[in-house]
Amino acid sequence: MAELLQIIISGLAAGSIYALAAVGFTLLWQASQTINFAQGEFVMLPAFFVLVGLGFGLPLWAAILLGLGASLLILGVAFKKLIVEPMLPHGTLPLVIATIALGLLMKESVKELYGATAQPFPAIFPQTVYNVFGASVSVQDICNLVVSMLAIGGLQLFLSRTRTGRCMQASAQNPAVAEILGVDVKRMVMYTFLINAALATIASVLISPIYLAKFSNGETLGLVAFIAAIVGGFNQIRGALVGGLLIGVIDNLSAVYISAEYRSAMPMILLIAIILLRPQGLLGTKEGRTV
Amino acid sequence: MFKTLLGTAALALALTATSALAEIKIGSIVELSGAGAASGTNFRDGVHMAFEEINAAGGILGEQVAITEYDSQTDPQVSRAMVQKAIDDGVYAITGTVFSSSTIVNMLVAQQAGIPQFTGSEAPKITQMNNPYIFRTAFGSQKGIPKMTKYMAEEMGIKKVAVVWANTEFGKGGHSAFLDEIGNFGIEIVADIPTEQAQTDFSADVLKAKNSGADAVFVYVTEEESARFLREAQKQSIGLPLIGETTLIGAKVIELAGDAANGAMGHVGLTAAADIPAVQEMVTKFTEKFKYTPDHNAIKGYTAAYAIKCVTEKNGKVDSQALADAMHGLTLTAAECPGVLMDVSWDENGEMSRESFFVEVKDGKQTIKAILPPN
Amino acid sequence: MKPLTLILLGLALVALILAPIGQGNYIVYTLSSWLLFSISAMGLNLTLGYAGQVSLAQAGFMGIGAYITALMTLAGIHWVVAAGVSISSCFAVGLLLGWPALRVQHHFLAFVTLAFNTLLFLVLRNEEEVTGGSFGLVGMPRPDFFGLSTMSNLNFYYFSLVCFLIAVAVMWGILRSPWGRAFKALRENPIRAESLGLKIRRQTLLAFAIGSAFGGLAGAMQAPLVQFIEPGSFGLIHSLKILLMVVVGGSGFFFGPMLGAAVVILLPELLRFTEGYYLMIYAALVIVLMVFSPNGLIGAGQKIWLKFKPKHEARRDMQKGFQL
Repeated sequence: MAELLQIIISGLAAGSIYALAAVGFTLLWQASQTINFAQGEFVMLPAFFVLVGLGFGLPLWAAILLGLGASLLILGVAFKKLIVEPMLPHGTLPLVIATIALGLLMKESVKELYGATAQPFPAIFPQTVYNVFGASVSVQDICNLVVSMLAIGGLQLFLSRTRTGRCMQASAQNPAVAEILGVDVKRMVMYTFLINAALATIASVLISPIYLAKFSNGETLGLVAFIAAIVGGFNQIRGALVGGLLIGVIDNLSAVYISAEYRSAMPMILLIAIILLRPQGLLGTKEGRTV
Repeated sequence: MFKTLLGTAALALALTATSALAEIKIGSIVELSGAGAASGTNFRDGVHMAFEEINAAGGILGEQVAITEYDSQTDPQVSRAMVQKAIDDGVYAITGTVFSSSTIVNMLVAQQAGIPQFTGSEAPKITQMNNPYIFRTAFGSQKGIPKMTKYMAEEMGIKKVAVVWANTEFGKGGHSAFLDEIGNFGIEIVADIPTEQAQTDFSADVLKAKNSGADAVFVYVTEEESARFLREAQKQSIGLPLIGETTLIGAKVIELAGDAANGAMGHVGLTAAADIPAVQEMVTKFTEKFKYTPDHNAIKGYTAAYAIKCVTEKNGKVDSQALADAMHGLTLTAAECPGVLMDVSWDENGEMSRESFFVEVKDGKQTIKAILPPN
Repeated sequence: MKPLTLILLGLALVALILAPIGQGNYIVYTLSSWLLFSISAMGLNLTLGYAGQVSLAQAGFMGIGAYITALMTLAGIHWVVAAGVSISSCFAVGLLLGWPALRVQHHFLAFVTLAFNTLLFLVLRNEEEVTGGSFGLVGMPRPDFFGLSTMSNLNFYYFSLVCFLIAVAVMWGILRSPWGRAFKALRENPIRAESLGLKIRRQTLLAFAIGSAFGGLAGAMQAPLVQFIEPGSFGLIHSLKILLMVVVGGSGFFFGPMLGAAVVILLPELLRFTEGYYLMIYAALVIVLMVFSPNGLIGAGQKIWLKFKPKHEARRDMQKGFQL
């Protein structure tokens, strides 16, 4: 029992980070049909901005702000303006290739300019551990879970309750009509990219104290986020959230109870099962656009 | 006037000619990109630093050394091509590769061409293929693990053990060497836990080890994964001795794991933390030059470069075949060749042996519990 | 074909035959490597450039081919038989994998193949008794033909060249057949093609399966070339590499994959003077290429060519058509 509890809590803590990355992933897809193969690297990079800030002698909070600023600028504005925008008319495929190359570029740049080995990253939350019914639960894990849930919940509220949020949804669902109704679609898409960059920064700052900052961290994270997004439902924020948490828990469950050798197979099998049985994802709705 | 001009020209010509001829080419083929980039970069930087020192001190037999860089991309197929290219370029010796899966392939090419190769790989198989041109720069896991197992059984009285290992050629090599050895000491494996390369979440693995009823956990994963494992073990207060190799208790792991590394112990060959002035000096220099703490791979690269230098000077000529021949059954003492840092010997298969240590991490520092003789 | 095209093709063939003569082992080895990756990329080009589906498992198919060939040749069976089995297995797996994925629209084939490639890696690594696990398989023999050994790198190059030319001829035949022409119709206007009675899904599925079979052939050549295979050589990252080859060269162009494979294999070599930075430069170049010319290098070449050509109003409906 204590064992199962431990697995579920650890799985949720890890899964909440996957969810953050997956939510950003679905946002980009909805707003601009961008399948971002660099999403994992988007989560890897902000930690290094923070480390650079710390290197200049900034206190942690200021370094995190600097990291956020740099991420908004590079992963948000520059990514949108320099890569996505000029390529949108060409269709999905060249953009997919460009994001694959972008991921490689980010990884290699960090490796060459900062270092190939993992770096320790300061913890924001205390690492005190409590024993809850026999399971070890750290304050850090709980805070990570809470912060990511708050971020995703806040985003959901923003999208459904504010005017800007609804305009963003309208632009994602039907850009042409939204444009006619007077929505500044381009600006709304830009907001989406900024939100994705912010989510990536949050995920990066939360996860790096545990996983350490390393140039190659994005590889697994990107893949998991990608699967979480599809499993949950590509067109739903809630779906990405559920998908992320589910994969976190399943990963740990299968490592303990099924086979450690095949633990990374479980999310893949889940992915194939979902595509076969429920292609719109667990919480997804069928999309109107099919051609 | 004309004569002097002609004379200078001739002299200049002669100089360029000799310097062109007199350059000793070393091919450095390592993992500069891909999964092995961290290990490969360390190894490469170790080689570079050593040859820079050697060049500054007048080179080998008065000739300067030129290193040509090749990136294996952590891909055996590419590594094979790169070794081929280095040989086409006419290198005297090869340093690298670090990943055993690459070395296993590319060493065949070096063997065909008769070029001595100094690898950083530790998989047992490498020195069991009757290749007279391959030389290790750190002993293979089939040498290190028996030393450690013996200590575990005889000094620590361990009967049941959980094994956490990386499911790669590196981890698998250590894992099977460990399995071969435990029978001799009556140790039983109560949990066998393979992990992924670059795995980040170790909660399930720690949990399994913790609940397995083991007396100790043997951890054989690479540095960064070790650090993550140690942190998770601390969080779940595992309460068992964690025993491993250099990869569990190296300087990099201590830096990354922080106080979670305290209490971890294991067997180390030559580490940055070894209490030997020559090693300390090399580490300080390295850290100053490259702005990071070297791991055992950097020391391997450094050793490789100095072994090439010292043996070539012993031979008195730059000849690949002579270098390979002289290496077999050779013992280099730190007194005659300070760059190898500690007395070291190579056997007929290119396997290396030397003294090693059993250490425990206390207050973020390695402390030596026992010195283990060469085997 | 126009006489000029024939002459150009003849010259290219002569160049391919003469290329390795007098070169070092490394160059010959790299050329062989280029030929086999060209075959693989050519297969993916059929899936991607003609049928418009992204497959992220081309390296996985090479892996299936390489392991089957390795196991069979190590057991003493001749390479030709092993290669045949490899190719047909990849074709069958392609059908099995593509059938469910193509039931649903969107980019689901990309997702399914991505999962498949990762799963395949795990199976190759974990089923040690058969595949050798992470230690891989070593020492596959290079085949003999009519008493001629391909053991030397030069002979192996000519062996690869023959395989390559056969693959090119087959691909050419496929694209020229009425059945292949349907691909082009499909790519240009799927809705019109469907209304003309083409079964899009069946057509796409076959394209994917045939493309995968080409991957199988490439894998069957890789086993004896490298004489060592391990699961890591067939991971997802290598599938992305082959995808890059196709797109960088120009997807949907017959010669795009060959050009792309050459660029991806040779560029690291050309940029080596930049030391560790070459991958950064390489990635940046790909992004720039995609931004300015999504049709890859051949597309960019055409663009420039059209700029300098005397202008006349081209028929718009012909513009996207397939030209050699």
